[in-house]
Amino acid sequence: MAAPLDVAPSGDVAPEAMLSGISAKAIEGRSLGQIAWLRLRRDKVAMAGGAVVIFLILVAIFGPFLVQNPDIYHANLINPTLSRPNGPFGGISVAHPFGVEPVTGRDVLSRIVNGARVSLLIAFLATALAVSIGVVMGIIAGYVGGWVDGVIARSMDVFLAFPLLVFAIALVGVIPSSAFGLSGNSLRIGLLVFVIGFFAWPYMGRIIRGQTLSLREREFVDAARSIGARGPYILFRELLPNLVAPILVYSTLLIPTNILFEAALSYLGVGIIPPTPSWGGMISDAVNSGFYSIDPMYMIIPGLAIFITVMAFNLFGDGLRDALDPRSSR
Amino acid sequence: MSTPVSTAGTAGAIGGAGDALLEVTGLTKHFPITRGIIFRQKVGAVQAVDQVDFSVAPGQTLGLVGESGCGKTTTGRLLTRLLEPTGGRIMFEGRDITHLSMGKMRPLRRDIQMIFQDPYSSLNPRHTVGGIVGAPLRLQKVKTEKGIKATVQELLELVGLNPEHYNRYPHEFSGGQRQRIGIARTLALRPKLIVADEPVSALDVSIQAQVINLLEDLQNELGLTYVVIAHDLSVVRHISDHVAVMYLGKIVELAGRDQLYAAPRHPYTVALMSAVPVPAPVRVDGRRQRRERIRLSGDVPSPLNPPPACRFHTRCWKAQEVCRTQEPPLTELIPGHRVACHFPENTAASAE
Ligand SMILES: Nc1ncnc2c1ncn2[C@@H]1O[C@H](COP(=O)(O)OP(=O)(O)OP(=O)(O)O)[C@@H](O)[C@H]1O
Ligand code: SF4
Ligand SMILES: [Mg+2]
Repeated sequence: MAAPLDVAPSGDVAPEAMLSGISAKAIEGRSLGQIAWLRLRRDKVAMAGGAVVIFLILVAIFGPFLVQNPDIYHANLINPTLSRPNGPFGGISVAHPFGVEPVTGRDVLSRIVNGARVSLLIAFLATALAVSIGVVMGIIAGYVGGWVDGVIARSMDVFLAFPLLVFAIALVGVIPSSAFGLSGNSLRIGLLVFVIGFFAWPYMGRIIRGQTLSLREREFVDAARSIGARGPYILFRELLPNLVAPILVYSTLLIPTNILFEAALSYLGVGIIPPTPSWGGMISDAVNSGFYSIDPMYMIIPGLAIFITVMAFNLFGDGLRDALDPRSSR
Repeated sequence: MSTPVSTAGTAGAIGGAGDALLEVTGLTKHFPITRGIIFRQKVGAVQAVDQVDFSVAPGQTLGLVGESGCGKTTTGRLLTRLLEPTGGRIMFEGRDITHLSMGKMRPLRRDIQMIFQDPYSSLNPRHTVGGIVGAPLRLQKVKTEKGIKATVQELLELVGLNPEHYNRYPHEFSGGQRQRIGIARTLALRPKLIVADEPVSALDVSIQAQVINLLEDLQNELGLTYVVIAHDLSVVRHISDHVAVMYLGKIVELAGRDQLYAAPRHPYTVALMSAVPVPAPVRVDGRRQRRERIRLSGDVPSPLNPPPACRFHTRCWKAQEVCRTQEPPLTELIPGHRVACHFPENTAASAE
């Protein structure tokens, strides 16, 4: 269409703009975020994963107020000779829907719910730490380049090659019972967050560095410089908004990794100190005290909790990645 | 006349008026090729732009034409000081801006703006049109009479876009509309000089003319000075007052538009011209000009290791021994027409 130059564009209208123009005369633009949300809503699996994630977060926040005290012993529910809970499936009953712990008779539901709070708290804080360090390092390495990039990229390699599990076990073994004004479990939580977060950042750093390297070549960066923008403006106003998608996606995928890591550390006895409940600690009890042979349910339930949580975060993260995929939108 | 033309005085003469808005002398950019990650070693240099001279008078347009990779974008980025020149001098309004620091350059950015080659990558997909076009005003802290939003809407109207689309995102627009958004952004600061880097090469042929016409209208309305970059001669034909042809980082021919299109002298220009469909038979001195299609053989040599002497000799059908040993200077063959060739075309000697 040869539209005259000085009239409002009619000839070359993007199909998308044309469609929305017809349907709603919507002058308000649809951002890429809104489009991604529309796409995500159509992804049933991801939405289910997201629903479970939200449910788990609510449980972690409010659950402990709704269930009974996780530390109360119910000796009357335990068979005194076999040490295992009375009744089938680990003593499942109306009062104890997930059964009770062998030997002590503590309520399993309550321990799972309280364990969720600890697990998610550590995983979220560790992820936040990893993402903060990773994003800052990645964006600086990618944008500044040169020897700065060389140093950061090398240090990421070193961190990734580090025998983290050995380090974590050693570190937790040598810490005093109180440090930095913290003691007991607050100190443990702080330490776990630090160890997990500090060693997980290179995953995020690598992704952000790669994305920044390609974004830096886009002409809008030159355009910003040609109107007099300084470095921080380019990093935080031009580049960062374009990195929100990968940051969201990989944070969502980092959380389950960190949950597993925390469970592994608790399982190895360097995580949360008993009697505070944790999922890894419950599995550890089940294995080390031989509970699994007398009451398999006691191991299955925290195992399922970890499995469902990790699965839900992964499904949601994958759906988020598909919805935000830069290749399917311009 | 046989002296190598590399002084500012002669360069200014071709630009038309005496005091040029932009004057470039011996402009050179070599990109070092390095090896090693932390300890870098220089192992060579891409000679992207080499000893380029030209000038542009206020209100005029210089077309800069050449094949892909000949250093056009690099030249544009040097002019807008997005790159640091390796050598030479850039004078803007009589002021030497060649090595101005980023801080000193910042206020000058109001006067020198750039339109980018790719409308799909030159607009930040996460910013609204209003944000993009208003960014120069905010960054340069320009006082606007009616506020930034109204100013931006005026700009959108000026480039032929619906001002109501202020809150839309770039992905909702076509290539031609995006390029208009980019043009509106450059106009926000009321610049004196605009470097347009292949402003239409990414667009549909049907839309190219619209955008070129828009640039021309804006020039008349706002008294802008342009350096318009293109990879084929037909694009800049209508808009240019002077045309410079580049080959492998060097200007090989520079002349007034009519002179150049009527009688190209450099074999490379002749080849470029024969490569594009020319709408009407071109006439020189009333006689029909013979126009055969010239196919350039071979690839463009690498600017990492350009051929010695005349850089075009590897592909030139007129090349002689002297072309391989002696660099032809950019000489003013006839007033206002400079050519760097030992055996130029369309001269009295070569005509018959
Ligand atoms: N930052 C850089 N580092 C190294 N070499 C570069 C750099 N920028 C450009 N070059 C090289 O310089 C030469 C000229 O590039 P330039 O982008 O100026 O060409 P161009 O004429 O604009 O080409 P096109 O028509 O493809 O846009 C090319 O060989 C290119 O590879
Ligand atoms: S100098 Fe020689 S090789 Fe170069 S363009 Fe002229 S004739 Fe061709
Ligand atoms: Mg280019």
